[in-house]
Amino acid sequence: MADRAWYEIVRDVLKQHDVSLVPYVPDNVLRPLIDLLHEDPFFNAFSVPREEEGLGIAAGAWMAGTRAILLMQTSGFATLANQLASLSVPFQIPTMMIVSERGTLGEFNIGQMLVARTMRPVLDCLAIENHTITRLDEVEFIFDRSIRQAVATLGPVCFILSPLLTGGKVFTA
Amino acid sequence: MASFTNQPVTRDQAKVMNRYDISKRMLTHLHHDEAVIGGIGYSNFDLWAASANPNGRRQQNFYMLGSMGLAVPIALGVALAQPHRRTIALEGDGSILMQLGALGTVAARAPKNLIVIILDNGAYQITGGQKTLTDQGVDLVAVARASGLEQSAWAADESAFEEMIDRALKQDGPWLIGCRIDNNKPVDTTERDPSRIRDQFMRGLGVKK
Ligand SMILES: Cc1ncc(C[n+]2csc(CCOP(=O)(O)OP(=O)(O)O)c2C)c(N)n1
Repeated sequence: MADRAWYEIVRDVLKQHDVSLVPYVPDNVLRPLIDLLHEDPFFNAFSVPREEEGLGIAAGAWMAGTRAILLMQTSGFATLANQLASLSVPFQIPTMMIVSERGTLGEFNIGQMLVARTMRPVLDCLAIENHTITRLDEVEFIFDRSIRQAVATLGPVCFILSPLLTGGKVFTA
Repeated sequence: MASFTNQPVTRDQAKVMNRYDISKRMLTHLHHDEAVIGGIGYSNFDLWAASANPNGRRQQNFYMLGSMGLAVPIALGVALAQPHRRTIALEGDGSILMQLGALGTVAARAPKNLIVIILDNGAYQITGGQKTLTDQGVDLVAVARASGLEQSAWAADESAFEEMIDRALKQDGPWLIGCRIDNNKPVDTTERDPSRIRDQFMRGLGVKK
């Protein structure tokens, strides 16, 4: 188990916590995780046209007894403020999110850079628990403890996967 | 495959019905503990009104107080989590127009236990009655069919609606029923207590004791 990649650790922790439903809007950095989840019959992973649709599906599933996590990139998170503020937070639904962080540490697209700057202010002003994960040795602990916390406190949680962890998207010019 | 092939009515031919009356008729056809999600706008108001009874209000209803467009996704999440429970989304035309991709997602996941009811008044009624696109040519049943929801049809009138909901409750879905409705005010106003709504709903679905 010592040499697991970040996406293998994430898969294992999700499974331990019975998080099986995974709507996503794809991102290149998330590809190895998405591939793993598709391969594993434990998970029901599928793409949705919009992130907010995935948030709705996850919310319905939670209320009906199935745990879900929504996968997206930074620009996708930027489409969720209204749904977090009008569904997840007031209804006390522990929406779980994984965001692959674009817009920093070597970003080449100015639009990605600007939209990324809206993410933490939105999370912070809604007081949504969030962690930026930069180190492989912290992945398991942060996911494990934060999923427990989300479920126990009925609060959303956002895992931000830094390029320091994933390698990010490399700009070659 | 089950179908609505005996329901050939177009949007123009469909009778303009009443939202409270349709909500009430739908509820009288439910047998067990079907889950019902009421969308933003007046869809959830009349669900709330129609669900009142002397023993309290039915618990298996979820009332959206925001998150415009998410009634169908929320219902899909419920349907996927509890494949043996029929789940119904009651959604307005203005709301579903904001999230048309959700119809394709329902078709792709193909939950047998999901029924979508579109309450089409051609307007954003709660915000002042401004026209939606359905009043300017968009046919949501045709959109649903083109999204892969073959079992989609307009309800010609109240008795056709009852026949359709009855079939959708018995035979494999997903189903979509289009209802044209008038612009009468809803009968009551949903209580704005989100954590209570969520807690009741989860108890109604047997997730919390
Ligand atoms: C994202 C978003 N945009 C706009 C609104 C304002 N709004 C609330 S309800 C509504 C109209 C809903 O229309 P429809 O679904 O047709 O229901 P009706 O009011 O006709 O019952 C609008 C525009 C909102 N709540 N959220």
